[in-house]
Amino acid sequence: MSQWVVLAVNSVSLGGLLFLLSAGFSLIFGLMRIPNLTHGSLFMLGAYVGVTGLRLGLDFWSAALLSGLAMAVLGGAMERLLLRRLQGQELPQVLLTLGLSFIVADLCLMEWTGDPISVSTPATLRGFVPVLGFVFPVYRLAIVLIAAAIAAALWLMLDRTRLGAMIRAGVDDPAIARVMGIPVSRLFTAVFCLGAGLAGFAGMLGAPILSVYPGLDGEMLPLALIVVILGGSGSLPGALVGSFVIGVLYNFGPALFPELAYVVLFLPMLLVLVLRPQGLFGRQTP
Amino acid sequence: MKPAALALAGVALLTLPYWIGGPYYVNIASQILIWAVFALGLNVLVGYGGLVSLGHAGLFGTAAYAAAWLVAAGAGQLAAATGAIGLTLLMSALFAVLALRATGIGFLMITLALGQILWGIAYRWISLTNGDNGINLSARPMPLGLSLASPAAFYFATLVIFALAVGMMACFVASPFGASLRGTRDQPRRMSALGYDVWLIRFLAVLFSGFWTGIAGLLFCYYDQFVSPHLLTLSSSAEVLLMVISGGSGTLLGPIAGAALVVAMKTIASAYIERWNLVLGAIFVAIIVLMPEGLVPGSRRLWRWALQRRGTPAEGVAR
Repeated sequence: MSQWVVLAVNSVSLGGLLFLLSAGFSLIFGLMRIPNLTHGSLFMLGAYVGVTGLRLGLDFWSAALLSGLAMAVLGGAMERLLLRRLQGQELPQVLLTLGLSFIVADLCLMEWTGDPISVSTPATLRGFVPVLGFVFPVYRLAIVLIAAAIAAALWLMLDRTRLGAMIRAGVDDPAIARVMGIPVSRLFTAVFCLGAGLAGFAGMLGAPILSVYPGLDGEMLPLALIVVILGGSGSLPGALVGSFVIGVLYNFGPALFPELAYVVLFLPMLLVLVLRPQGLFGRQTP
Repeated sequence: MKPAALALAGVALLTLPYWIGGPYYVNIASQILIWAVFALGLNVLVGYGGLVSLGHAGLFGTAAYAAAWLVAAGAGQLAAATGAIGLTLLMSALFAVLALRATGIGFLMITLALGQILWGIAYRWISLTNGDNGINLSARPMPLGLSLASPAAFYFATLVIFALAVGMMACFVASPFGASLRGTRDQPRRMSALGYDVWLIRFLAVLFSGFWTGIAGLLFCYYDQFVSPHLLTLSSSAEVLLMVISGGSGTLLGPIAGAALVVAMKTIASAYIERWNLVLGAIFVAIIVLMPEGLVPGSRRLWRWALQRRGTPAEGVAR
């Protein structure tokens, strides 16, 4: 019994992390029409930068913010300097992000070696709290709360602000948005920074539970990909629902079908592709 | 000029084990030929169909794993090879049914995900695939009673298959089917208005591509006599895609030149540094940013640009 509760808690906290990762991925995909294949790399690099921050004596939260900021800057630079040169050519853009992801993975291997690095949970969030007769690890609950807060902030930003309205317009119809005077290309940079920053922050936030190791990028990228295919590109509720579905499958899959865990993970994606290709919350693209 | 060049290339390939100097280089030549077959197979989709797949290493690995597994389970070599190709074709059909619900980026994403599933099966389904430890192939097959154990013998066998692949690709490009596939790449709506079944043409193209990918996987399994999940990684898929794009997609010689280039780079790079992925990524980025149409046409364009001193807008962008 308690094993299932533990799995459930793990599912929800992983769902929270995945949401932070895939919200940006989904917005970038929705707006620029490309899956950013460096997203897993940004997650991993964010975690590594955070580790270095910790070694330099920063506390956990400053390190996490530092990761987020560093990745936002890197993402912005990538968009401005490289992707921008291939504007309108979606395929070369995707392949470019693929090439960059190999470079980042190898540079990380050089700088931080191949040994997994474990990050200790911040001191204030160690231990367990009893809820309804079960004990929950505080840190995992904190992740869920942080993800919920960021989800709410993102939703407010997208739904209530001018910037959000422009992003939504860009996702729905970039050509018309441009005609209406919305600076779509500046939005590209802004959204790329935002998505990259969230991915980096999520990397550090996840480090105490996932630890940091080479190959983390390749592990996270397909998850973000499935979340977005499930939820629909450019849709925040889609990313939220998709993240929790994948969080549950990722934790319960190996427990129920140890050898087919990976297949179980991808099955809902295949179902969605067959039954509803635009994703659960996605709109039919014209 | 052209037949002379072809004849020269043919003679060079046929006599290669005698002048290249050592079994090490013969083995590298075999590797290049195997990857060239793989790249030719992928080029059917990327170059002629306009469908970029990032999951082809999954098909390549399916063939290699199936052959090694069947031989290990006691099947004869011929039965194992037939079974492996049959399974690869089935897998290609599955890829096609799922991935052809989209084109462009959608196709790329779905094939990427499917490739990752197959990698996951190879890596995690330990009772079937032996996980990270892989499967050993006890011996190379002996077609017509000939032993392929020596590097030169294996090279010649690979060369025969490679020549078949090139010949079949040339027929395919010139055939009405090849023309209709190019039609679905350039003008899918017009093609369907003209009464062509665009989906079916693409489906057959995936099967054709999967067939040669499977052959390449089979050859690789015989070459290495060992299969591991590494064959199915995203970086393998990216490597073969790089071969197609770097050489020039949609041409017959491009993927072959690309395979030679990438295998040579990989061999040279791994002799000096361990960071092959870094080099792979860097070439990828350089080619896409500087010469999206591939090395041969790209260098020609740069040469012209250097002559004229005034940049004309790039005409041939990668599809």
